[in-house]
Amino acid sequence: MTAIGATLRQELIGLGGIVERNVYLTKRYFLWDLAFMVWTIANTLTIVFIARAVHLSPARENELATKLLVGAVIWAFLGIIFEFVTETVAWERWEGTIEYTFMAPVSRTMHLFGMGAYAVLYGLVRATILFFAVAAFIGIHLPHANFGAALALLGVASISFIGIGMMTSVLPLVSPEKGAQLGFVAQGMMLAVSGVYYPVTVMPGWMQAIAKISPATYALRGDRASVVSGAGLAWGDVWPLLVIAVLAIPLGLAIFRVGERYAKKHGKLKRSG
Amino acid sequence: MSSLAARTSFVPSTRRDVPAVEVRNLRKEFRRRDRRAGRFARRRMPALAGLTFTIGRGECVAILGQNGSGKSTLVRLLSTLLINDAGEARIFGHDAFRDTRAIRQLVNRVSVEASFFKKMSASENLSYAARFYGLGPSKTRTAVPEILERVGFPAERRHESMENLSRGMQQKVALARALLTSPVLLLLDEPTTGLDPRSKLEVQNFIRDVRATHDATILLCTHDMAEAEALADRVGLLDRGELLFLEPVADVKRRYGVATLEEAFFAATGRVFEEEHSEDDEFREVFG
Repeated sequence: MTAIGATLRQELIGLGGIVERNVYLTKRYFLWDLAFMVWTIANTLTIVFIARAVHLSPARENELATKLLVGAVIWAFLGIIFEFVTETVAWERWEGTIEYTFMAPVSRTMHLFGMGAYAVLYGLVRATILFFAVAAFIGIHLPHANFGAALALLGVASISFIGIGMMTSVLPLVSPEKGAQLGFVAQGMMLAVSGVYYPVTVMPGWMQAIAKISPATYALRGDRASVVSGAGLAWGDVWPLLVIAVLAIPLGLAIFRVGERYAKKHGKLKRSG
Repeated sequence: MSSLAARTSFVPSTRRDVPAVEVRNLRKEFRRRDRRAGRFARRRMPALAGLTFTIGRGECVAILGQNGSGKSTLVRLLSTLLINDAGEARIFGHDAFRDTRAIRQLVNRVSVEASFFKKMSASENLSYAARFYGLGPSKTRTAVPEILERVGFPAERRHESMENLSRGMQQKVALARALLTSPVLLLLDEPTTGLDPRSKLEVQNFIRDVRATHDATILLCTHDMAEAEALADRVGLLDRGELLFLEPVADVKRRYGVATLEEAFFAATGRVFEEEHSEDDEFREVFG
């Protein structure tokens, strides 16, 4: 095997290792995951029931409930991706393994993509359970839903979110405690401007401007159209997501590299606790 | 050892004509808050003040020093976790600060904290660590039980969470993790600190066994003088970032005309080895 082939093979095994480790952790924390899932379903129900309270015609009520449900599910899905990637460093620091991971011969690109890949798988399973559990409980009818298009758009949006998560994952590296806090703030702000439960047009102008650079805006718009009206994959939603992904991934990696260098220069690459 | 963890990944060359470790005028300092000088004031704290030494291939060198002397800073610099301020460090000819990928293939370490995912088992933690070094599931399925057996870890506890294991058991898993990747340079940073006497002896015996059976160079950082004397070919004394000597124990004793390393430390520094250290030493310990 050539040196390049062997390196690539090692990188892919390393990526698989990150996914495998997260599977182990999910198994070990299964009851926490279950509790979190129940909490998310309950929280989503409190939002979707609003559709029942506004006294619309049954068809309009069903449409509103579906739109709210899609918003809640996408919030949960993209939130998971963002959280997993953002907390890449925070988890390792907390468990005390950060030094071993950062001195291992695997590139940071594969490390972060491994976290992203697992987050997409984990988020998809949760989103699917959440969607169908709430839809069944409320009694939502989805006669025209195009789930294939909705899933494909989510897949494209995931790449952008992994890129943005890479940018914020550097925060706990630079400032162990404040960094993790800022990551949460960034996640909340991005989802708030993206029209999760409302059209972006109801927000002030400056928020609408930020919404244009949030991948969640296009994922929500496209997925609502697919699930409510059965629309296919719309290029108008796909291209902004691709542009954001193409910019966010290299930028996220570059920012992380700078942050890692800073942490190594100042002795911040250390465990806590 | 080689049969335990035959890696198929690309392992960089380890030239026989160069030392295993070559450190020249290596400097590292950290900045700490200085409240007495003002709210945002910082002052520089040297952690390593121009270290120079070499370690030959297959040699076991112990660096002795109190808390805050710079031992962990040295280990972190050699394992690519810190960037130097000045000087250079080469491992088998590879620049430790530029050629980091090559260094990471060659080096592994055991530190005072076992550092594992606490909810995961010993087997799971080892498999995870091995993936980064290119060991796939087919390799670790046999290599992990083999290496755990070799460090004396009970087979029936392989699938137990790390949080349920004693500190001694965890340290054995840490040794297994380091050896699973067949490092040619093994950095041991206080590997027996906090262990009960029996576990300590087991770990020390294992280090001897590794030396005897595996082509590894060992840098042992410790504040345990008896351990350094028992395991190392040469002993160095690091004090407040400066290497006061690095030579065989017999030469150290002869040089200072003393019978023990404790006395040699006193002769070299004018202080008793285990005496209270300053606030600055504590800071160096925390950040280094």
